[in-house]
Amino acid sequence: MFSWLEKNPFFFAVFVFVVIAYAGIVEILPAFSPNARPIENRKPYTALELAGRHVYIKESCNACHSQLIRPFKAETDRYGAYSKSGEYAYDRPFLWGSKRTGPDLMRVGNYRTTDWHENHMKEPVSVVPNSIMPEYPHLFNKNADLETAYAEALTVKKVFNVPYDEAGYPKLGSYEESRKMMVEQATPIVDAMSDENVKKAFEPCRANALDSKCEIKEIVALIAYLNSLK
Amino acid sequence: MANPSQNLGYDYTVAKWFMFACILFGIIGMGIGTLIAFQLAFPELNNIAGEYSTFGRLRPLHTNGVIYGFMLSGIWATWYYVGQRVLKVSMRESKFLMFVGKAHFIIFMITILLAVVSLFAGITTSKEYSELEWPFDIAVVVIWVLWGMSIFGLIGIRREKSLYISVWYYIAAFLGVAMLYLFNNMEVPTRLVTGMGSWIHSVSMYAGSNDALVQWWFGHNAVAFVFTVAIIAEIYYFLPKESGQPIFSYKLSLFSFWSLMFIYLWAGGHHLIYSTVPDWMQTMGSIFSVVLILPSWGSAINILLTMKGEWHQVKESPLIKFMIFASTFYMFSTLEGSIQSVKSINALAHFTDWIPGHVHDGTLGWVGFMTMAAIYHMTPRVFKKEIYSKKIMELQFTIQTLGIVLFFSSMWIAGITQGMMWRAYDDGGALLYSFIDTVVALHPYFIIRAIGGLLYLIGFFMFAYNIYKSVTSSRSIEVEPKSASPMQA
Repeated sequence: MFSWLEKNPFFFAVFVFVVIAYAGIVEILPAFSPNARPIENRKPYTALELAGRHVYIKESCNACHSQLIRPFKAETDRYGAYSKSGEYAYDRPFLWGSKRTGPDLMRVGNYRTTDWHENHMKEPVSVVPNSIMPEYPHLFNKNADLETAYAEALTVKKVFNVPYDEAGYPKLGSYEESRKMMVEQATPIVDAMSDENVKKAFEPCRANALDSKCEIKEIVALIAYLNSLK
Repeated sequence: MANPSQNLGYDYTVAKWFMFACILFGIIGMGIGTLIAFQLAFPELNNIAGEYSTFGRLRPLHTNGVIYGFMLSGIWATWYYVGQRVLKVSMRESKFLMFVGKAHFIIFMITILLAVVSLFAGITTSKEYSELEWPFDIAVVVIWVLWGMSIFGLIGIRREKSLYISVWYYIAAFLGVAMLYLFNNMEVPTRLVTGMGSWIHSVSMYAGSNDALVQWWFGHNAVAFVFTVAIIAEIYYFLPKESGQPIFSYKLSLFSFWSLMFIYLWAGGHHLIYSTVPDWMQTMGSIFSVVLILPSWGSAINILLTMKGEWHQVKESPLIKFMIFASTFYMFSTLEGSIQSVKSINALAHFTDWIPGHVHDGTLGWVGFMTMAAIYHMTPRVFKKEIYSKKIMELQFTIQTLGIVLFFSSMWIAGITQGMMWRAYDDGGALLYSFIDTVVALHPYFIIRAIGGLLYLIGFFMFAYNIYKSVTSSRSIEVEPKSASPMQA
């Protein structure tokens, strides 16, 4: 019945393509728009949180930690309320993960504090005995890439109409304004930390956020992001 | 014309290059895999080379190295070998196609090199098996287009009117991955929009649940079209060739091909069961994953029955044994996948080690065995040399099979243990275990898994050594063997 196709490579290829594309058209397209609506009160990430999200992605934290709480009692008891689609409306990319070598982090901001995260990143076994998580000393030395984080926020604002600068939503403003806000958000985090290197690098920021010596370390941005997960 | 295949003088230059690349990336990819398996058991190993050796950085390198370095090289090595032979046309006949083939290889090598450097540096989009950032994505598209030109170019000048089954599968692999890759990698480079920040950074076109949908539509089906469809293309050629037996049933191959094409792409939804994507989609993913058994087992049974009445060959030839075991692992792995897609079982298995266990049944058993068998079969014909040692093959087979068995059995136990512990309650209605308790419980299984991986890697080194000795110091062959590959000792 199909033998004529095997002599006509062109039609064969077209046929194969139609057959494989079919599922995508039926399954993915219809659900696309309703899925993207943000849940009420959900706000986009601030620029500093985005910088922290980049650190999270860079270290592939999502290879071991999920950000998706399934609707089972054992999971809601352990991690908090189960995930709703609209909660992810500003997540580009999604970070659900596919394997839990460590616990879920979707609502980690509710039950962990800045200093806990600091100790955990520096020496995981100091807060979780028997932890198999690697130590991340370099996060305390490297500067967060604030400019790229700002560029991403501005991109999603321009291209996807993410409501920065609108009433009730985070302000983005110009890069200079945004930098001031990043420093403002970083201040209480740095204050709650004990690492000397991080504190010293941050000192010039207190006087002037635009000072070229003002450095926000990757760990600070990462903690800002983790604290925002609620 | 007495024997066209003798007169045509097929040109295996590109096939040879890809064979070497396949072995090289196999060693690198599996080496990193073994290291990260040991890291889970012995976390001190994370800091042997600072930030560049943490699990998070190495894991994408392992998957990309094995999938795109090892497996794709293997697939392309076989394409540049099989393509010419089943279409009865030599690459030597077309300067253009020769150029395309060589460009395909060279751009592929450059891209892999850039991929390694960028992943080490932590430059990643975070989407599993699609971690490369946009400039490298573009290079991948170029590579893919070149492969397409090679496929359809060779088809265009073919002497054999009818396309052999393997060619169907190569075409499907090409088209499927092209479609999936393009859609999943839609991203906006932030520097181009704002003129600020990193050149290499981009932001996904899709957000949240939609991003997850597209990612798993890709993630699952890239597995389909690279590790299943393309490997079936290989076995449909190499098993009949090596055994001297015709394919058992043409009708069964037709049925399993078209139904695989139709059903496979629906199954991606099983990665998203109990997530926030719509319920009906999760159910569809679940149901189609179960139905997927039919075409998968259709191919596998067709392949196994090809040996009907010739089962003694399995005993006599380690090469046939590799292929028959590959098919068996394919059946095992697809059955396992369907079981894991049943909602209640998925609730237990998802997020646990049973999932990487399942992946490795398919990759180590099915893809790895078939790829090595294909290279073993091609070596005498490409290099005109006998295979150096049958004994090494036998021993390698035993060691690797043992490795796979240790791997999947430890991951089954680890996964189910973890899943059960996560949901265990005490009599007072409180969770019985904290998360770290489950991590501690898995320690012995992580060690067994790492040993399993190490055994497989050792077997792969034996394979590489055997091929090396075959090419450099084995007996030459005057006339190409019709079926069974000659083995020196």
